[in-house]
Amino acid sequence: MVDVIVFAACAAIIVGGALGVVLNSHPVRAALSLVASFFGVAVLFIQQGAHFLALVQIVVYAGAIVVLFLFVIMLLGVDRSEDLTQDPLTGQRPAALLLGVMVVGLVLVGLFLSGPGGDDGAVALSGRRSRTAPVSAIDESQSDIDLLADDLYTRNVLAVEATALLLTIATVGAVVLVRNRGGEDVVVDEPGSARR
Amino acid sequence: MVDVAWLIPAFPLLGFVLLILFGHRLGEPLAGWLATAASAGAFGSTVVALAGLLALDAPERFHIVELFTWLDVGSLEVDAGLLVDPLSITMSLFITGVGTLIHLYSVGYMHGDRNYSKFFIYLNMFITSMLLLVLGDNLLLTFLGWEGVGACSYLLISFWFDRGEDGTANAVAGKKAFVTNRVGDFGYMLATFLVFAGIGSINYDDIVTRAGELSPRTATLIVVLFLLAAAGKSAQLPLFVWLPDAMAGPTPVSALIHAATMVTSGVFLLTRLNPILAEAQLWSTGLIAWVGALTALFAATVAVAQNDIKRVLAYSTVSQLGYLFLAVGVGGYVPAIFHMVTHAFFKALLFLGSGSVIHGLHDEQDMRRMGGLQRFMPITAMTFIVGWLAIAGVPPFSGFWSKDEILLYAWNADEIGGKALWAVGLVTAILTAFYMTRLVVLTFFGRTRFYDPTAEEITAAWEARTGAADGFTAEAREAEKTAVAAVEKAREDVARKREAVTRAEEKLVVAREALDASDPAADEKAHDKLVKAFDRASASLPKAEEGVVTAEAKVAELAAAVDEAMAATRSRQSQVAALAGARDQAAMPDTVVTALTEPVELDDDLAGHLPESYRRRQEYHPHESPPTMTVPLVVLAVLAAVGGGLNLPFASNLHFLADWLEPSLFGNEVHVTASAATKWALAVIAVACGLCAIVAAFSVYLRGRQDPRRLEQPGMRRAWYVDETFANFFGGPGRLLFDGLARFDRGVIDGAVRGVAQGSSNFGDSLRALQPGFVRSYGLAVGLGSILMLLWFLGRMF
Amino acid sequence: MEVTQTWYLVLSALLFGIGFVGLLVRRNPLIMFMCIELMLNAVNITFVAFSNALDDVAGRTAVFFVLVVAAAEVVVGLSLVVALMRRRPSLTADELTSLRG
Repeated sequence: MVDVIVFAACAAIIVGGALGVVLNSHPVRAALSLVASFFGVAVLFIQQGAHFLALVQIVVYAGAIVVLFLFVIMLLGVDRSEDLTQDPLTGQRPAALLLGVMVVGLVLVGLFLSGPGGDDGAVALSGRRSRTAPVSAIDESQSDIDLLADDLYTRNVLAVEATALLLTIATVGAVVLVRNRGGEDVVVDEPGSARR
Repeated sequence: MVDVAWLIPAFPLLGFVLLILFGHRLGEPLAGWLATAASAGAFGSTVVALAGLLALDAPERFHIVELFTWLDVGSLEVDAGLLVDPLSITMSLFITGVGTLIHLYSVGYMHGDRNYSKFFIYLNMFITSMLLLVLGDNLLLTFLGWEGVGACSYLLISFWFDRGEDGTANAVAGKKAFVTNRVGDFGYMLATFLVFAGIGSINYDDIVTRAGELSPRTATLIVVLFLLAAAGKSAQLPLFVWLPDAMAGPTPVSALIHAATMVTSGVFLLTRLNPILAEAQLWSTGLIAWVGALTALFAATVAVAQNDIKRVLAYSTVSQLGYLFLAVGVGGYVPAIFHMVTHAFFKALLFLGSGSVIHGLHDEQDMRRMGGLQRFMPITAMTFIVGWLAIAGVPPFSGFWSKDEILLYAWNADEIGGKALWAVGLVTAILTAFYMTRLVVLTFFGRTRFYDPTAEEITAAWEARTGAADGFTAEAREAEKTAVAAVEKAREDVARKREAVTRAEEKLVVAREALDASDPAADEKAHDKLVKAFDRASASLPKAEEGVVTAEAKVAELAAAVDEAMAATRSRQSQVAALAGARDQAAMPDTVVTALTEPVELDDDLAGHLPESYRRRQEYHPHESPPTMTVPLVVLAVLAAVGGGLNLPFASNLHFLADWLEPSLFGNEVHVTASAATKWALAVIAVACGLCAIVAAFSVYLRGRQDPRRLEQPGMRRAWYVDETFANFFGGPGRLLFDGLARFDRGVIDGAVRGVAQGSSNFGDSLRALQPGFVRSYGLAVGLGSILMLLWFLGRMF
Repeated sequence: MEVTQTWYLVLSALLFGIGFVGLLVRRNPLIMFMCIELMLNAVNITFVAFSNALDDVAGRTAVFFVLVVAAAEVVVGLSLVVALMRRRPSLTADELTSLRG
């Protein structure tokens, strides 16, 4: 019973936050809605036993990424509202809504018409029956972090190293993309210069 | 031994390459000797090949020397090979033989020309192309040579490209030759395509064995198209217009290309393809015969009225080529080749002889200014006379034998109007004898008209004289005017003097009255003054009267002077009128030759006004040409004299040429069914008519018995206005047609191509709508794609 | 009533749909970026749900990597956005059309 309530509450927060992102005209408010959504996802992770992931979700997503977003918003002074009443591209809104509904609908169709555990889906995708006994089974005796570490550093160690490289490249790239080419000034956000 | 045939075109080709690389450095005269050596090498190789051919038995004399595979495309296989058979060797012999003689001649003729080595480059290239033409073993290789000789002809005709009227006439003549030939080449190509379509091969050995596979209609069409090609190359009606203009090239060129070799390629082609002619319907070969006969007659009439020595020979060539076509058309291939060979000898001789004459007269080509040259150029005259007798058909020279054979075959060809053809041929022969005699008489016999003033010079003298007279008249008028003015002045002077007298008289009266009125005693001084005044007045009166008298005397003098002046002017004017009258009376016709027997009379005054060119000419002496030019003349004269021995009709074992050519003719030679009596009769008639024509020409041009103006009509001189008609047609309706075709090409054909391009462009533009540049639209597209993928997966699932 | 895997998957589908529509509808680049993050979160939820259902820890490994890559992507993406919007803070996605055909 508790699970259901937790789930329901989290779902509400998540969807509410998502709608807040999409429907808010103010970027700062959208960012804050995003944070709320992330928190909801983290709770869901805990509910499903992925404790480490929930932690990482909060620290990285809510704590770093959204902060980064807010930094950029404030740095550029983009904290003005966007006009949401009209779309300059004709037919974009109806098309977008239609496509969105269709995506969700098709996924749900696929979900409900397939068997438990998503077996049918796996067959549909790969044409093979999935393994009944996964190699990396979840052993309830170990903690989540141990399980994860075990999997990462034995079977996926190459990928881990690659992600380290990826992050380095991303950092270097960011510095290169943003550096001043002599004479250009970073836009300074004067108090009162932002339009509301 | 026959296999050395590849050397035949190789020698002049080597000469060509060496001259291109080193010709300029070799310079005069080494370049000429190198070219001559190359041509002689080709002749030597031909002789060797001839020996090799003679060593074979008659039926085997159709030997192909393969060089390499040229084209191998689908069902078309063409080798570069040489066909050595009697026909091609005969042609090669006289091409290289006469060619070598002409090279030798050119060494002397082109002496001093600044493009000396270039001339020999072209000559060697020409010999190479011509040899490829006759030795090629398939239609394509022959066409290569065909086009090559056309190109060389163009290059050589316009060799002196900056001369001629307006500085461009020579280049225009070259272009005209090339373009007219092109019309024929179009026929050649179409005919080749048809041959390939009908027989499947364009090699001569396949054509001769499989000509029977052609239907008569195809064969006829092929024959007509090849006739078109031959008419272009061999200058028959109506594509002859380039040959007279081609005389703008140097004389050796005219001799080699436009007398002996290139122009015979048309006849050669038809002879080579005699199996196809045999398969064609009769009217097509009849067409060949009639085209030839009519061309011969046409050209002969025109030749009678030409004044340029080379143009007479050019039209004569057209006429003789007409004979060749006539022979081929009536099935007489042997007489055609026979006449081709003899024609090569005597026509080359005549051209080279005329070149020698032109050279000796320092570039004078007009026969009206020649005459009596046999005294100055004996060798040239002797050899020329041999050539003249040959072409006029006087036995025993070669021309008689060959021309008579043709006339006989024409008489024999009853299915295509043989008797009429014979009549046309006979009339042409008469005209040929006439105009050639005219040429020889005007050039070598009779009065030497070289030192006579020309019509232009006389006209110039008249102009100068009347101009001078006009000048004097003007002077006299000026003098008259001044005299009249002087008289006027003198009269005014008289009037003034009279007034002076009147005033003096009045003064005297006044003085007298004053004197009378004054009293001497009352005023001594005043009285004395008055007395003095009276004395003065009475003294001045006589003076004034004297003045009047002198003035009047002067007036009388001057009046007399005016009368004199006016008389002088009048006499001058009457002189001028008299002069103009005399000039009009003495107007010189400049088109027809005059002063045949006596020189033109000029009074001394007129003679004093003759221009500079006349005076320069008086100092020039015509002279014989150097040995490099006269030796070929002698050689050719000998050949022209004895060439008839190739195919004498008296006994069948004297038919050397006929037997020799048999392997190339495959039995397509027509048999003459006339009796011996007929043959004798025809021969006698021809000779008699020829001799009459010669006598007539002598009487007109040597003795002056008839007025040449009656014989030489302006229409004949202008070649019956064919050139003008062509120009008007192609300039008028022709141009409209060309413009229409050009518009069609630009609008429809180019339009279709551009339309395709435009269509692609439009299609591309319409696709641009898919790339609006908006990220969100791209997002929509991605979404759409992912939905399609989802649908596909779901489809697989269920 | 039990919270089954299906509930999570429905939620994730819904979240994904919202993020997708938001990406297509919003013009501010930063908000478009946030919608991308929403979609990634939806995928994370799906991975964890399947990891539990299939008893396979590979799902959670996948989530880990998605997180890392998302972080790197945000770094680079935001630096691009900064580079673009530095001079014109009012830039919208509709003005970035230099790749139009």
